[in-house]
Amino acid sequence: MTATIEKNPAAPGRPAQRRRRGTAQRPVWQEKPTPLGQTAKGGALVVILALVIVPLYSVVLTSFSTQGSINLAGGLVLVPHGLTVSAFQLIISGGVVTRALIISLVITAVGTAFSMAITILAAYGLSRARSFGHRTMLITMLITMFFNGGIIPLFLVVSALGGYDQYWALIAPSAVSVFNIIVMRSFFSNVAIDMIESARIDGASDWRILRSIVLPVSKAVTAVIALFYAVAYWNSWFNILLFMPADSQKWPLQMVMYNYVTMGMTMAGSGSTIVGQNLGHQQIAPLSLQMAVVVLTLVPILIAYPFVQKHFTKGVLLGAIKG
Amino acid sequence: MAAVISDSAAPREGGQGSTAPATPPGAAPRKRLRRRQREPGGMPWRVKLRRDKTLILMTLPAIALLAVFGYAPMLGLVMAFENYDLYDGFLHSPWAGLANFQQLLGDPAFWHAFWNTLGIFAVQLVLFFPVPIAFAILLDSLLSRKLRSFVQSVVTLPHFFSWVLVVTVFQQMVGGAGLIPAFLRQHGVNNPFDIMTTPSTFKLLVASQLIWKEAGWGTIIYLAALAAISPSLYEAAAVDGAGRWRRMRHITLPGLKGITILLLILNLGYALTFGFEQILIQRQAVGPGSAEVLTTFSYYYGIVQGNFSYGAAAGLFLGVVSLVLILAANKVAHLFGEDGLYRR
Repeated sequence: MTATIEKNPAAPGRPAQRRRRGTAQRPVWQEKPTPLGQTAKGGALVVILALVIVPLYSVVLTSFSTQGSINLAGGLVLVPHGLTVSAFQLIISGGVVTRALIISLVITAVGTAFSMAITILAAYGLSRARSFGHRTMLITMLITMFFNGGIIPLFLVVSALGGYDQYWALIAPSAVSVFNIIVMRSFFSNVAIDMIESARIDGASDWRILRSIVLPVSKAVTAVIALFYAVAYWNSWFNILLFMPADSQKWPLQMVMYNYVTMGMTMAGSGSTIVGQNLGHQQIAPLSLQMAVVVLTLVPILIAYPFVQKHFTKGVLLGAIKG
Repeated sequence: MAAVISDSAAPREGGQGSTAPATPPGAAPRKRLRRRQREPGGMPWRVKLRRDKTLILMTLPAIALLAVFGYAPMLGLVMAFENYDLYDGFLHSPWAGLANFQQLLGDPAFWHAFWNTLGIFAVQLVLFFPVPIAFAILLDSLLSRKLRSFVQSVVTLPHFFSWVLVVTVFQQMVGGAGLIPAFLRQHGVNNPFDIMTTPSTFKLLVASQLIWKEAGWGTIIYLAALAAISPSLYEAAAVDGAGRWRRMRHITLPGLKGITILLLILNLGYALTFGFEQILIQRQAVGPGSAEVLTTFSYYYGIVQGNFSYGAAAGLFLGVVSLVLILAANKVAHLFGEDGLYRR
């Protein structure tokens, strides 16, 4: 019952408590933990953590493993044996995967910047109460959350605009998330109202207010929403299948992973494609190459995760409960 | 997602002839605020338009994108009533009336996909839905805040993985050549079960992937609900002699009831459209017999086979039924006294 503890902080200054700052104390009314209960709880936590960590650990380890240690393990490696970075050297030394990695990074960066610009502007534009037409514009947006034309008309519209096989087709159709706009708008409409009003009286324009007042106090929500957009762009796969299915030279990383790793496993033999045809090496284990591709798609998420993780609860709750 | 769509924006004063004396922010009751917004008096709309032209300008890019990629495809749904032809386009394709829908409703493959969708959804609901609740209660009972936030950040991580990645990781763990079957083979099991390609267990596979990816993320909202339960309730109950289980039964679970019902209802609104990417990725390995759902049906018949009008008809059916489901789900949420996706 951690919540209890937060409400009744033990008197500060007592050394015993200061030593264990990370651990809250059991309230007096609560029973002493039974050994059985503690064991069950600990066991459950270990199993849950293992279910997430062990697969990731094994994938990463295999990507660094030699053919010998993969043969020894008969597949994915759990115990480090022979380690090598040759798989990574190979896939980032040019070729399909390198190109895909660069394409994915550029799409994610450009797409996130584009989406954030549009989202911030729209959220601010809709956040001032009693402004002209804000209700109509809001409802216009909301309708698209409840009903859409579906895949096929979207495909035909984008194709008619010349988007087939074009990179903008991977960005523009999904650039605006109405949900994100609404979350941000509800945040904007509650920040620093007094300050905004006095700035307005002093003659600040809406652009100025957005830049100098609203954005600086909205860093947390901006970070969380930027993360949501970036993850969506980085992870998007169906868009590529829909708008860019044929030209493997243009594929971003997720599509490369899908074809050479995911499908490579189910269709026997195509795992060697990534080695044989596209990269022209034989000494490196195909499995460690495949796992290296998987690791590449993981790395940006693992890098971004700690920075934004502390804002999650705030951001999620903002969208989910407060609204 | 409650109250997302409420209109509680900051008052915008200024310009000539402000409508009302400035109210302290947040002090005006919502109902009064709303009524005043609708009042015809106050500022003439031209003045208001001139005052707010910057705000409108700021909103326009988003509206324009939604018009092109949201509303244009909606209008394009007219193709479901045509025999769409790439060269004739939306406007000049020959009219087919309801023929596509008649064909759809008489198509055994469509009904097969329909029942598959409901079956997978039901299994997912039963297996996935309780997991975040149980997990939130477990996490909440941890006294160590460090351990708690560590566990939470580990289990939340898979939420940010792509479905391609999740399926690949599952393949490497439990697939035919994966870690666990390899282990079993080394220990004398000759033909380990390959769950990745077995149609009969596909529902379980889909549900376990969903649990792996989203259960940690799902706990966040329940943890917030748990933190909102007043600690004095627990204390009073304990003083009155209620043990651990009775406190859980009579305080914790009732405290989670509201959010649970809300999420359950909102989930039902997505009964036909869930899991598209996840299932599409595995459709080939498992086969359409058990992995064809309505969304993949629409995609395969429409895009892959080039039968655009037929696929769009299936898409329109999906869209309309989903809309009805979402509206009905919100109605039910309102009946339970919850806010739902939008307010009454």
